[in-house]
Amino acid sequence: MTEIGIPVIIVSGLGLLFGLLLSYASKKFEVKPDEKIEIIRGLLPGANCGACGFTGCDLYAEAVAGGAGINLCPVGGMDLAEKLAEIMGKETAACEKYIARVMCKGTWDNVSIKYDYDGIVDCRAAAQMAGGPSSCIYGCEGMGSCKKVCLFGAIEVENGLARIIEEKCAGCGKCIAECPKGIIKMVPARSEYSVSCSNHEKGAVARKNCKVACIACQRCVKECPENAITIVDYCAVIDPGKCVNCGKCILVCPTGAISKYTGYQ
Amino acid sequence: MKEILLIALGAILVNNFVLSKFLGICPFLGVSKKSSTAFGMGGAVIFVMTLSSAVTWTVYKFLLEPNGLDYLQTIVFILVIAALVQFVEIVLKRFIPALFKALGIYLPLITTNCAVLGSALLNIESNYNLLHSVVFGLSAGVGFTLALILFSGIREKLEFCDIPDAFQGLPITFIAAALVSVAFTGFKGLFGI
Repeated sequence: MTEIGIPVIIVSGLGLLFGLLLSYASKKFEVKPDEKIEIIRGLLPGANCGACGFTGCDLYAEAVAGGAGINLCPVGGMDLAEKLAEIMGKETAACEKYIARVMCKGTWDNVSIKYDYDGIVDCRAAAQMAGGPSSCIYGCEGMGSCKKVCLFGAIEVENGLARIIEEKCAGCGKCIAECPKGIIKMVPARSEYSVSCSNHEKGAVARKNCKVACIACQRCVKECPENAITIVDYCAVIDPGKCVNCGKCILVCPTGAISKYTGYQ
Repeated sequence: MKEILLIALGAILVNNFVLSKFLGICPFLGVSKKSSTAFGMGGAVIFVMTLSSAVTWTVYKFLLEPNGLDYLQTIVFILVIAALVQFVEIVLKRFIPALFKALGIYLPLITTNCAVLGSALLNIESNYNLLHSVVFGLSAGVGFTLALILFSGIREKLEFCDIPDAFQGLPITFIAAALVSVAFTGFKGLFGI
């Protein structure tokens, strides 16, 4: 009996001793979690989209409690920034709402089809095959890879073109990272006009591949009273910081590459 | 005195735990990416090894040996080490949270680190007394830290090297580790150890 009893007593006794020591130490050296983190976490939208630059809402809550910027969450926007400012005792920082916008109008009506794509329904897979089935290698492929990653159901694909429902877009930027063509851009939500084309080929080629391509004719550049439009690599770009939503550019565009979006405050 | 010096030099250089005995390879490869974390991990291992050497020796001599329970040494030592590591973790979390975060998963991993258990078992095997055991534990930890820091220096340099694709990442790390280990065989026979 003692042959078994003594080892059992010794080992379990040691275990008990260490257990008691540890529980005493954990009480004595306890680190109280910051209450603010819990409160802030409750306020955050919980989309875990990562647009703030932190991996998920939990880490952002910790970072805010540790002094990070309070206006980094595009999903919560201004309302959230104000609430966080109150908790952290900080000044409310300006929080410009950004949304994503697909800079392409290449529906199947506007572009021609190079070949019948029959592979995986994924933009990156399609892009591997001679730049995708669309005649414009810069344009949207309409496979909806961006739609799949959108956590907010803000992307629709119609007739081979992804379109972002601007009221639903939270500006997390997941679709931008997903798009193999890099044609989704962040713009301030208040901006109403964008050049919806990303074609960087010379005018004639661009026009041949897509009916509504920007041909870099410079007319909008000359028309713009705010000098907000520049031509970058044969494609016009509106600087939303300078744009006053006057809409003069859309009137002179010969191809219809500039579009009016809903935009909202 | 001479004996203590020989034990220390033996554990640090000649029979380096990582580079000669190949104990504790997991943290050696895992934490050696940056010198700063290498220092932190080294410090934690030195602390745990020294303390565990003293405690395991005491437990063995006064609890296990008199009762003829030598066969229980492995499980009891693991128990002791696990409790110690937990204790170090609690203390670090309270007093040096930055180091606690930097060590991350590797601190709990000391629990199952064979180097720590190895030093405890070697103490018993070599019939050391309490002082010798503590010195051995301490210098084994120092040797581990030395290897870790030397290697983290090499890995930081490796970051900037043009390594062939096939060797990138772990393969080149293993090759570098082997070369460091070969270099340490130069200490063999030093002071007749």
